[in-house]
Amino acid sequence: MKTTDNSGDVRLSGISKTYGSFTAVHPLDLTVPQGSFFALLGASGCGKTTTLRMIAGLEEPTSGTVHLGDQDVTALPPYKRPVNTVFQSYALFPHLDIFENVAFGLRRRGIKSVKKQVEEMLELVQLGEQARKKPHQLSGGQQQRVAVARALINHPKVLLLDEPLGALDLKLRRQMQLELKRIQTEVGITFVHVTHDQEEAMTMADTVAVMNAGRVEQLGSPADLYENPQTTFVANFLGTSNLIETEVDTKSGDDIVLKAGGGKLLLPSERCAAPATAGGRVLIGVRPEKISITHADDAGTITEGRNRITGKIADASFIGVSTQYVIDTPVCDEFAVYAQNVERDGRLVPGADVVLHWNPAHTFGLDAAQDIDAGIEEEAV
Amino acid sequence: MATLTEAPPPLTPTAAETKPPRRRGRLTPYLLLLPGLLWLFVFFALPMIYQASTSVQTGSLEEGYKVTWHFATYWNALSEYWPQFLRSLAYAASATVLCLLLGYPLAYLIAFRAGRWKNLVMILVIAPFFTSFLIRTLAWKTILADGGPVVGALNSLHVLDVTSWLGWTSGDRVLATPLAVVCGLTYNFLPFMILPLYTSLERIDGRLHEAAGDLYAKPWTTFRKVTFPLSMPGVVSGTLLTFIPASGDYVNAELLGSTDTRMIGNVIQTQFLRILDYPTAAALSFILMAGILIMVTVYIRRSGTEDLV
Amino acid sequence: MPVVNWLKKNLVVIAGLVTLAFLLLPNVVVTVFSFNKPKGRFNYEWQEFSTDAWKDPCGVADMCGSLSLSLQIALWATVGATVLGTMIAFALVRYRFRARGVVNSLIFLPMAMPEVVMAASLLTLFLNLGAQLGFWTILIAHIMFCLSFVVVAVKARVMSMDPRLEEAARDLYAGPVQTFVRVTLPIAAPGIAAGALLAFALSFDDFIITNFNAGSTVTFPMFVWGSAQRGTPVQINVVGTAMFLIAVVLVLASMAIGNRRGKRKA
Repeated sequence: MKTTDNSGDVRLSGISKTYGSFTAVHPLDLTVPQGSFFALLGASGCGKTTTLRMIAGLEEPTSGTVHLGDQDVTALPPYKRPVNTVFQSYALFPHLDIFENVAFGLRRRGIKSVKKQVEEMLELVQLGEQARKKPHQLSGGQQQRVAVARALINHPKVLLLDEPLGALDLKLRRQMQLELKRIQTEVGITFVHVTHDQEEAMTMADTVAVMNAGRVEQLGSPADLYENPQTTFVANFLGTSNLIETEVDTKSGDDIVLKAGGGKLLLPSERCAAPATAGGRVLIGVRPEKISITHADDAGTITEGRNRITGKIADASFIGVSTQYVIDTPVCDEFAVYAQNVERDGRLVPGADVVLHWNPAHTFGLDAAQDIDAGIEEEAV
Repeated sequence: MATLTEAPPPLTPTAAETKPPRRRGRLTPYLLLLPGLLWLFVFFALPMIYQASTSVQTGSLEEGYKVTWHFATYWNALSEYWPQFLRSLAYAASATVLCLLLGYPLAYLIAFRAGRWKNLVMILVIAPFFTSFLIRTLAWKTILADGGPVVGALNSLHVLDVTSWLGWTSGDRVLATPLAVVCGLTYNFLPFMILPLYTSLERIDGRLHEAAGDLYAKPWTTFRKVTFPLSMPGVVSGTLLTFIPASGDYVNAELLGSTDTRMIGNVIQTQFLRILDYPTAAALSFILMAGILIMVTVYIRRSGTEDLV
Repeated sequence: MPVVNWLKKNLVVIAGLVTLAFLLLPNVVVTVFSFNKPKGRFNYEWQEFSTDAWKDPCGVADMCGSLSLSLQIALWATVGATVLGTMIAFALVRYRFRARGVVNSLIFLPMAMPEVVMAASLLTLFLNLGAQLGFWTILIAHIMFCLSFVVVAVKARVMSMDPRLEEAARDLYAGPVQTFVRVTLPIAAPGIAAGALLAFALSFDDFIITNFNAGSTVTFPMFVWGSAQRGTPVQINVVGTAMFLIAVVLVLASMAIGNRRGKRKA
């Protein structure tokens, strides 16, 4: 990821923001490498927008520094930072037409001949025809593209996007996600994207930082975050996780053996984010799509070495590509299982006794001291 | 002040996103406020203090006045001019009620029924403002002239018999009677009723009417249970904007009335500008101010419209 | 009964139009009587059609002088009140400061005060200070009572302004001054214009406060007031009619321009 030019790196060292007695952002260290698409993901009020505004210079950090490349910009006002922002609900200037909106930054920097650049930029976002319209005459998606063009024309080192797609409907949002990703690849500058939509963060970003209550819970690639959540918040906020409280039985080789509801479950040691000592408690999790569901009558056909749990189907909803089951089990009364609709077993209806089983390698272990439901209610998009 | 002076119609439909005021320079707000507030302090608040002091002074124009804490001036002023006080309140209250009765249908018409004529009607409501109100008030002398068509019509309908019996008019005349003064007050302050009413009616979502109709409310019930309660902020600010200036007015009483219709404004004006009895004039003015402030405060409290300032 | 039903349905429209007629009737009378040729000093009764007054609008002694004085005062009062009021409005919306309650009441009270009270108390001040009544005392008074109305008009506009617009400007390399000139001011302009217009109208048409604080200076409303006692020249109606027509034409023209611009762009 890292190139020789690091002038587009964003480096936050110990920055924090407090308003009176409320701490919006706890001291935070974060490096966003040049040219990457970085997402700050979290529920509203988690401090992600405040972090973004501190990078933009619109908010003064209570402590810490902001570096762009090797330059310390902490004390610079926003109009002196080589950083531009796509604002939530766009903040297009209502009294200027599209052309003048896009030309605004160039003109403020004293550039006289802006026509060619503006026209090229409007072409890039496919709005060449609309140059002389006022913002309110455009659709939401078009306004969004103007906002992107207005920021990008200045060739910022870093482009900040504050919930840029929040005001769009679902279909347009998906379309714009791809569009933004395309533009980012094309111009190759650092994008820092704030969003509360986990799917949006995962589709677009190379690296995602999940924020909660003013802290970064976990940072990594989307796949890494999804497969190896380190906290219950991340496990629940990104997708769905089945979390089970267990007691550590023994350690055997690379695996930890756990006791749960009378049965035994295996967890690879390297996938356990918490210290596991015999007799201690550990939360283990598994994603719903990793689980296979087999009718109790066929339990004998399940291969050895898989984690298993018995239960009864409480509810089944047919989604199309998959069927989502809710299983009542001794260890967890709302176990979620997503089964691909390849060959449907007609016996798997509510009330049926089933065995759930999965490859132990898909299990992850978390510190049992955490709130098991953290991040659940915030998940709604 | 959101409600009381919503006179200019809303200029943009922008979502009113009010962020708490931010802190930038510590001194900037004071520098911005200082000149204007100083002006208001020196030429509005300070004069009130001077006036309060003048009202308890005694002396004469030739020898000069001294503060002697002569509160008897208030008592004398009240006992001598209480009829004018009462008359002012009665005229202003009648004009306010008439303004509400006349203004509401027009505000409703502009808000909901005017369609593409909306802007034109709005202009016609505001346009008379551009002709000096004194000229327009003088026109009422012509309209209500003795033996003119209006008086003739009222006479032949025997309306004047009723109003004369009530003491509002005398004989065949409308001019120089209480009715003429109230008519002038109503006319002059009507736009101040219509504009706030319109602003608050305009904000009502038209779908509420449909919803009420859908829930089996008849048009009149819809008005009583939905439209009118929702327009209360407009009613409150409209009545205040009408009542306050009307109670202190002396132009209509002077131009359209007679010596029997003198209002407290006339007395203050005469005392100040002709008789030059400053203490009495100041006391009267002070009583009027206190009375209005008390009434306005009670009214705002009781009508439950907060957020006036 | 279709007629009764129609009446029932359109009762509010009929009542509204009656009120509108009530509002406009005096203007009709003023216009008609500007073509009158009255006998005697007062122009209250119709005599015969004549365009004499229109041909010689300044034919009455002192009237055009008072008109020009009123225009000058209104102009300066508008400038003063708009500048001071806009500053206050920005401070109120954009900043945190102490004693907000006191500031708000100082702005609210002049609007909730009968004019005659303000007029009388201001005169007391001027008398106590021994000030020479005339142009300056009128101007001071007009700025005072127009100020609050400007504050309210500008405040409403600034409050509805998205603070992100200014942040966007700063983000796009506009310094504080540039941000104010290029973004804040143009967006607040309709509110400031509305406040200024209101101030002009209030000042130009003010009688009560002016009457107390003018000394021997005569503004146009005071000229009209005086003529109601001495005799009303037809020229007063000419001025009234002309002002009404100019205002209506200006408003209609600006609306037509706005419409056409809107259509071309859409």
